[in-house]
Amino acid sequence: MFELIVAGFTFVALIFYAVTGGADFGGGMWDLLATGPRADARRNAIDKAIAPIWEADHVWLILVIVILFTGFPRAFAAMMTALNIPFTLMLIGIVLRGSAFTFRKYDVKSQEVHRRWSTLFGAASFFTPFIQGVALGALSTGQIRVVEGRLASGFFAGWLTPFALVCGLFALALFAFLSATYLTADPSTESDVKNDFRLRALWSGSALAPIAFVVFITSKQGAPAMYHGLTQWWAPLLIGMTLCFAIAALISLWLRRFALARIAAMAEVTLILGGWNLSQYPNLITPDITIFNAAAPAITLRLLTYALFAGAVVLFPSLFFLFRIFKGKESE
Amino acid sequence: MGMSLAFHIVFAALGIGLPVLMATSEGLYLRTGRPVFLELSKRWSHGAAILFAVGAVSGTVLAFELGLLWPGFMEKAGAIIGMPFSLEGFAFFTEAIFLGLYLAGWNRLPPFVHWLCGVLVAVSGALSGIFVVSANSWMNSPAGFKIVGGKVTDIDPIAAMLNPAASHEVLHMILAAYVATSFAVAAIHAFFVLRDRANVFHRNALGIALALGCISAPLQMISGDFSARSVAKLQPVKLAAMEAVYYTQTGAPLQIGGIPDNASRTTRYALTIPRGLSLLSTHDPNGRVIGLEQFPRSDWPNVRLVHWAFDLMVGSGTALFMLSIAVGWFAWKQRGVPDGKSLLRALVAAGPLGFLAIEAGWFVTELGRQPWIIYGVMRTKEAVTPMNKIAIPFLIFTLLYIFLSVVVFYLLRRQFMKTGAPVSELLTNNV
Repeated sequence: MFELIVAGFTFVALIFYAVTGGADFGGGMWDLLATGPRADARRNAIDKAIAPIWEADHVWLILVIVILFTGFPRAFAAMMTALNIPFTLMLIGIVLRGSAFTFRKYDVKSQEVHRRWSTLFGAASFFTPFIQGVALGALSTGQIRVVEGRLASGFFAGWLTPFALVCGLFALALFAFLSATYLTADPSTESDVKNDFRLRALWSGSALAPIAFVVFITSKQGAPAMYHGLTQWWAPLLIGMTLCFAIAALISLWLRRFALARIAAMAEVTLILGGWNLSQYPNLITPDITIFNAAAPAITLRLLTYALFAGAVVLFPSLFFLFRIFKGKESE
Repeated sequence: MGMSLAFHIVFAALGIGLPVLMATSEGLYLRTGRPVFLELSKRWSHGAAILFAVGAVSGTVLAFELGLLWPGFMEKAGAIIGMPFSLEGFAFFTEAIFLGLYLAGWNRLPPFVHWLCGVLVAVSGALSGIFVVSANSWMNSPAGFKIVGGKVTDIDPIAAMLNPAASHEVLHMILAAYVATSFAVAAIHAFFVLRDRANVFHRNALGIALALGCISAPLQMISGDFSARSVAKLQPVKLAAMEAVYYTQTGAPLQIGGIPDNASRTTRYALTIPRGLSLLSTHDPNGRVIGLEQFPRSDWPNVRLVHWAFDLMVGSGTALFMLSIAVGWFAWKQRGVPDGKSLLRALVAAGPLGFLAIEAGWFVTELGRQPWIIYGVMRTKEAVTPMNKIAIPFLIFTLLYIFLSVVVFYLLRRQFMKTGAPVSELLTNNV
């Protein structure tokens, strides 16, 4: 029972990370891609939108990791061994992204220096979520094998498959879309810039459909367990709902109902991750490590559950306050 | 891992200490309404922002590295000791949220609420430190589980978190963060006061930093004594290595420095204080101190390094303690921020000592635990990743951290240096 609660919490934290932290990466991508007459205005908007919240958003990832190693230590140990290389690469990306973003803010000596930090920030914002997508995809491939408590598949299994790489691309497109959508709804964005991001959200949101389709197709070979899950009786329902929200997001963007678009985009991402999770339940690393066989002893899970609820009681009001102050309607 | 920790501990300590200074200064501003305190807390908050960002990413690296480098350890220990890490996750979250509010909320929040955010940053920073150190202390005094036939059973995460070493390690580390931060910050401002003695900004900054330093440094001496006596009880082999004691003896002398030699089991060229060690570790000049001979050779840590690191830590700590006494004396005599030239010079020179002590102390606790990763339970080499080319990521991370440190240092220097525009307006307020 408790293992399911803890797994649920891990999953919720992962969704929050994607919906908030993922969008911050998207901001970095648009920063790097910004060209044309309003490039600097767009960069400013991104900077303003991300600066107060990105650290809090980033902590979701840390939370996922600590819950994972407390609640599912075997899964954690296996993931970190099997995906040692991609995770190391991801960490480099995280370090460079976060520090470049902070440094460019406080290192204001010259335009030249500022631009160099910005390039690093943008490049790392592409690289990191790509690797994250690849790593998550690798967990579903079924190629990471754990036999009798030992990793049997080496350090290159899973994450170099076409399926995992397509998952990486999908993560990129998803976060770019999220970010552009949020920026249209951000209270501090100017209206010209809003229009720019509206267009970007529209086409990155449309690009998601073909990439998602490729993910699905490659999963037949690359992640058979997931493919099997996605062809169950309930799958059309889930995929249909995801599609509805995707279309709703695009339509609201088209009609400039930006607040609505933001909600629809969040729901879309939540359902996509939900589908990924549900299609391979109860596997954590397909096929050998599951929620049940990797779970920590009952007492740890019980205490962890209490801690998570207690933490949530502190966390959610604080987060709500943070987002109300910076993302709510402009009061002045 | 060690490399990452050595960097992270500095960012983390500053992340615990700096918010206290920042919130104190804003509190003073709210009470006195003098703009110099406002400017000061803004300046310090920039420092906190840079350090927090770097601390956040380097903390992420550590969370992953636990698994990337020590999968064997995490598989066994995760269920037992993951609790404080999870709680730390929340504390860290709160810190991030309120720092975000603090940094960007100057004009959006009522002054009192804004100050409260600063206080919460300081509190949650200290809480993160408490949780993480309690996890580390468990490695020194594992508790809350049993091993039956090679399997871990009877897990009790609460007992693990409240393990016998937790109280002294936590207290010692949090105080260390305050001492190190306040003296490092004091050194920077003392340097500028030396250059420009009328600079109100730097004088006030110096005053606040010294106030924190002078409260925490003497407390740290007491907590150090408490720590040493706990270690004597919990890990006698570590204490023996720290003090380079080879033979169990009563009325043991305190040996400072020197070259411990495992082969001849003597420490040459050390400055010895008769009965000093017995007095310190048992509070009785004739007390019995256990020596390394009581333990199999294979359980010894590297005596030389542990002993030297220990002396370095105690030496730096004592120097800062003396300095805090001197500062207190002059402050009382002058009824204000002391500004004697030689005292300021001493403060500048003492700037790095706190962090030197932290690094040395961390060295003592980690190296002193070797060859164990979990004291008495698991050897370090049993826990390491089967990944064979471990040197490559290690090298990459080392380079990355060096790069980060250089840039952080450079940026912080700039933050403290620029006293440009507001100075003239600040000067209208006298100390």
